[in-house]
Amino acid sequence: MVLQALIFPGLLFTAVIGLVTSWIDRKVTARVQMRVGPPFLQPFYDVIKLMVKETCVPAGGAKLLFLSAPVIGLVAVSLASTIIWRSLIAPDQTFVGDLIVVIYLLTMPALAVVLGSFASRNPLASLGGSREMKLILSYELPFVLAVLVPVIRTHSIRFGDILLAEHAAVAAPSGILVLIVAILCMQAKLTLVPFDAPEAETELTGGAYIEYSGPPLAMFKLTRAMMLFTMPMFLVTVFCGGIVFGQGLGTALLGILKYIGLVVVIVLIRNTAPRVRIDQAVKFFWGPMTVAALVAVILALVGK
Amino acid sequence: MSFGINALTKSLWVFHLAGSPCNNCDIEILDALTPKYDLERFGIVLIGSIRHADVILLSGAFNKKAVIRAKHVYAQAPKPVVVIAVGGCACTGGIFRDSYNIDPPIGKYIPVDAYIPGCPPKPEAMISAVVKLVGKLRGK
Repeated sequence: MVLQALIFPGLLFTAVIGLVTSWIDRKVTARVQMRVGPPFLQPFYDVIKLMVKETCVPAGGAKLLFLSAPVIGLVAVSLASTIIWRSLIAPDQTFVGDLIVVIYLLTMPALAVVLGSFASRNPLASLGGSREMKLILSYELPFVLAVLVPVIRTHSIRFGDILLAEHAAVAAPSGILVLIVAILCMQAKLTLVPFDAPEAETELTGGAYIEYSGPPLAMFKLTRAMMLFTMPMFLVTVFCGGIVFGQGLGTALLGILKYIGLVVVIVLIRNTAPRVRIDQAVKFFWGPMTVAALVAVILALVGK
Repeated sequence: MSFGINALTKSLWVFHLAGSPCNNCDIEILDALTPKYDLERFGIVLIGSIRHADVILLSGAFNKKAVIRAKHVYAQAPKPVVVIAVGGCACTGGIFRDSYNIDPPIGKYIPVDAYIPGCPPKPEAMISAVVKLVGKLRGK
């Protein structure tokens, strides 16, 4: 179990695939902007380089919290990925309520960013942290409502039952509606454009991460890359029937294609949308997104 | 340490510190990052926070007040960090070298690793300087 959490499908596996995914993100972004883009190993170089850099702790900051916040995020996303992949590999061996556990674990990295930014005692970082907090409050409501639809359709809060259901959630109108809601919530969970107000390179110069350097920054970058892998996997598992192993290469490949499709959607949204203000983001998630998710929940309850 | 230096040269994050330049050098620096030259091919990206920096780009003639801030910013950067002075003003003081409020060159206050002269230097000159600097760092 420890081995699973650390190597496959936990920390190491998620980190490697996550960094490869972040390379896909950067490369596609470069191609959209008519550039060549970074080499394949670039995300790995970035992390290795940050590992050998000096760690600066800002004077007057809460040192212990400042240094432990990145670890919290990293551990949470590794555990979430482990649980999701274990249920993909052996859908009948998962425990009851793992869906709830993963929803909580996927919120932890964002909370770690909030903690780290407030611990750094930098005004720009705390501004970024407060925006991150507002963003969490806004997207969690429609996200949980969206996840409710497959739960209603399968009468279970186990990944295994959702995966082994006869039809995936997207086979029904309510499923299609919540998938769209969940994709937009995922964009905010990953704090990518248009919901990147907490980082806002041009106004907050890195926002929540502004005081981080060296290994803690590497951990945050790694957490972000791993989230870029885990979030689409979560959506594929819950809404699209997951990746089915053991039924030939074709079905497994189809599952991987679902994942790549979601990643491409994320990258294209990120490259074609401008950043929204934080109040616009809150209005967007509590208004249209929550209403859409509620409509989908009612549709699911009447069996559509 | 050489392993770390190798990783550093493959992923240079640039922090641009402007010491009251006339903006010509700034425009040329941004030129080097535009799609035509695309420095992200070599892992070079512009970042906003000094805490993330591997390279500090100095542009403009630093006057006596700006020098204090520049030293402060240099102290805040996580080491190892490389300093590059871009343009005639940052290298020698340029046409302002005899001004009452300037004490050039900036290298007296901050250890500068590379000077890129020119008013302004072309993006090609900057890329050539970065290539030479990377060679020097790896040779160390």
